[in-house]
Amino acid sequence: MLAWTIYLSFFGALACLLTPRANPRATRAVALGTALAGLFCGLKGALEFNPTNGLEVVAFAHWIPVLGIDYSLAADGISVTLVLLTGLAAVVGVLFSWNVEHRANEFFALFFALIGGVYGVFLSLDLFLLFVFYEIAIVPKYFLIAIWGSTRRDYAAMKLALYSFIGSGMVLIGMLAAYAVSGLSSFDLQALAQYSFTVDFQRWAFPLVFVGFAILAGMWPFHTWAPTGHSAAPTAASMLLAGVVMKLGAYGCLRVAMTLFPEGLKLWQHELAALAVTGIVYGALVALVQKDFKFVIGYSSVSHMGFVLLGLVTLNEIGWSGAVLQMFSHGIIAGLLFGVVGRMVYDRAHTRELDKLEGMGLVRALPFAAVTFVIAGFASMGMPGFSGFVAELQVLIGAWQAFPKLAILAGVGIVIGVVYTLKTTAKVFFPDKEAAESHDYHAHELEPISIPERVGAALLILSTVLIGLHPRLLLDLIVPSFKSPLFEGLRKVAGL
Amino acid sequence: MNAPDYFQLLSALAPEVIVVLTALLVLAVDLLGLQNRPRSFRMSIVAGLTALGCATAIGWMLLKSTVGAWPGGMFVIDPLNQTVKAVILLLTLFTALLSTEAKFTRHVGEYFALILLATVGMMFLASTENLLMVFASLELVSLALYVLVAFNKQSRASAEGAMKYFLFGGMSAAFLLYGFSLLYGLTGTTHVPQMAQKLLALGADPLGTVALVMVVIGFGFKLAAVPFHLWAPDAYEGAPLPSAALIASGSKVASVFVFAKVMLLGFNQPGQGSNAVAAGGWTLLLSIIAASSMVLGNLAAIRQSSVRRLIAYSAIAHAGYLLIGFLAQGGEAFTSLLFYVTTYALTTIGAFGVLGVVEAQIGGDQLKDFAGFSRRAPLLAGCLMVFLLSLAGIPPLAGFFGKFYLFAAALNNEPRSLPFLWLVVLGIAMSCVSLYYYLQVLKQAFVVEADANARPLTVPFLSHVVVVLLAAAVILLGCMPGWLLDTLHQAVDKLGW
Repeated sequence: MLAWTIYLSFFGALACLLTPRANPRATRAVALGTALAGLFCGLKGALEFNPTNGLEVVAFAHWIPVLGIDYSLAADGISVTLVLLTGLAAVVGVLFSWNVEHRANEFFALFFALIGGVYGVFLSLDLFLLFVFYEIAIVPKYFLIAIWGSTRRDYAAMKLALYSFIGSGMVLIGMLAAYAVSGLSSFDLQALAQYSFTVDFQRWAFPLVFVGFAILAGMWPFHTWAPTGHSAAPTAASMLLAGVVMKLGAYGCLRVAMTLFPEGLKLWQHELAALAVTGIVYGALVALVQKDFKFVIGYSSVSHMGFVLLGLVTLNEIGWSGAVLQMFSHGIIAGLLFGVVGRMVYDRAHTRELDKLEGMGLVRALPFAAVTFVIAGFASMGMPGFSGFVAELQVLIGAWQAFPKLAILAGVGIVIGVVYTLKTTAKVFFPDKEAAESHDYHAHELEPISIPERVGAALLILSTVLIGLHPRLLLDLIVPSFKSPLFEGLRKVAGL
Repeated sequence: MNAPDYFQLLSALAPEVIVVLTALLVLAVDLLGLQNRPRSFRMSIVAGLTALGCATAIGWMLLKSTVGAWPGGMFVIDPLNQTVKAVILLLTLFTALLSTEAKFTRHVGEYFALILLATVGMMFLASTENLLMVFASLELVSLALYVLVAFNKQSRASAEGAMKYFLFGGMSAAFLLYGFSLLYGLTGTTHVPQMAQKLLALGADPLGTVALVMVVIGFGFKLAAVPFHLWAPDAYEGAPLPSAALIASGSKVASVFVFAKVMLLGFNQPGQGSNAVAAGGWTLLLSIIAASSMVLGNLAAIRQSSVRRLIAYSAIAHAGYLLIGFLAQGGEAFTSLLFYVTTYALTTIGAFGVLGVVEAQIGGDQLKDFAGFSRRAPLLAGCLMVFLLSLAGIPPLAGFFGKFYLFAAALNNEPRSLPFLWLVVLGIAMSCVSLYYYLQVLKQAFVVEADANARPLTVPFLSHVVVVLLAAAVILLGCMPGWLLDTLHQAVDKLGW
């Protein structure tokens, strides 16, 4: 069932491309159908999935026997969680792109090519296959931003494409070297994970592969593609970029770099944790001084993804499960934030400058947007009751066990997060009376929030609250995954 | 020694004979029957005959597959070179079909006859293991190609490109011949496998090294590897489009194959224990050439505003990637090289096919001429995207798997010390650079809007069919590389290389 998420997305991409250019409504219908079908397959797969079994084979066939490459799809709780996230992001992304009229068929075709690649990465058990899907996701991103983007879109699109490609190049080097050195003639992740590479090899291969993936996860100092890319991208693309594409990177770190080279992780643990915490604090500080609404959210993404990376390198189970939960949680919350900023505010106000938005009286003009943003802001700050709280708390507990000093710094990052979120909320939606009056703007000119937007926002809010109140829904999926043979080497190194 | 059985030889040579006969037929038909017809009609008839001849030759090879070897390795038929010859014929066939709309010459028959003669040269090149025959067939290819580049008599660029190509070519042929004669002097044979044994017995020898360098120079020119690449941008830019396509595809496949044979079978290979010494350091030589080709080709391509020159520089870069394949071990080297060069040639012909339509309809090959291409010819633009992304090495296209296999094969040679890791790293880094300039073309085609008065292009039906077929092949070979790979693998296995 899970494999159908991939096929349906690629099929949907083709179907969208073939709908007439002059009829965006038909394209939208096909797109929504595809996204819903993908989400349905993901949900059904998740319900049928038995987390205690570890890795479940989803599809298997020999692909390129000469090199020992198989078409091998498998799922554990981590994949299922992220497949669900992707399904949600796809549905909401379509709902938030309801106003795309310009070359709509190409827009949704690229959108689903990207989604298909993402599903593929989350479900691949063969390293070669994973890499293929990973790279499939690069090109659509470029065109989505370059064609439908806004501010400095040429620059942002090219930067994003090159950063992604460089990252995947690093992964490719590590992967080829691992293939040659192991002599297994196989790209099967389980087989490679059970092969013990020499420590000397892991010393350079691990950082190469980890950083290669982490570039896409927005790891400081390779994060600079993220704010520019997010801001230039059209709403649905920034939702996908922050919501799922950054997770591709984090997932790759966990699934490939860490399982293949656990000794390497142990060697580089502290350096990487320092980078992750730097990302958390730096992202938050920079978000504090941004003048562009979307850049605030862009940098906050860098900050929150820092928690994912921090959780991954803690080398303890609570940190790992917190990291995976944070991937899900940030995917939902970032999607929501970008939805409000990009679709609800920017598409109507045609500006993202905080100073100009201040005078628009948005709380009266767009009350729904204001409420949504406040809720999303609370979730993003890590208020209890929302998914972000559970996830970041777990990461912090894990980090406290591994590196107490850095954990305190990360806590500081959360505090700064509260500051910039409140500051931005206040400035955009609840400005001082004077500031609001000093600008002469007719609030009633803004068109009201449409139904697809409301539905999309509601879906995301529901998900984050649901996971916030009942995190076991996902944790029961995630935690047993670390028991599977794939993570055996990692557990051994972690002393679990 | 028995008198050679000419009839048997002739029947073994049947595919080559068919192509030669087609060349003569094309000349005769055009000269005798078509002189007073309109040019497009002549073009279609003659191109059709050319394609038919190639198809017949391929069919013959498929139906009557034989194996055999003639004394001294003068002419060898084995499953591997049959495959290579089929590929070369296929490339010529596509080139012919894409040139039906060309308007640069009145000498239609001569033009296609030369294409066919060049093809015969490539076929001989693929099926010989004797240095003499290598040289003779290489000259047949080269002479035909020089003329083909110069064929557009109205264009100064065509003459300039041909002159450069000819001067560099003549020089490198001299080097090659000199190298071959030294090898003959050292070993007393021109038969490559025998030569290899003698060279091994001889051990490291300064004269052998000189010969080696000469041979590398000679073939380096054919591949357009740095520093023997100077002819390529001008020849690609000035030549009539089908000629450029042939240089970039068929000629490349044949040269790579024969170069690999001479180097990998003739000289000793790296990574085989004590033999490594006798290899006389050619791994280092090729590594340096590969590295400089990748770097220079990719960096220079960034600055180009003419798409033809861009493809030329990217060809130089790809020659660099190819040379990495030479550092793999025997059999794997041949499989990976041939897979790579075949998919590369198919992709390049496709790109030239699209370029031909753009040049004919919009009137130039500058980047800005591609503006709004996706609106004006959506299907062709889609195919162009497939070709360029394949050249950049994006999965699931054939170019990605080709590169992947080349790199994997080079690393599999001595996996403990990974001596060629730096080349692979450089190759991958340079692929990232290449994505930048390929995206520049695609940006024009897909992102930039056309002028307000730009109309949809009228694409000739045949071009559409051929380009779409090639794009489909690039996608399929990327998703299912086994289709070509298994054939090559089995053929190489049978030869025991």
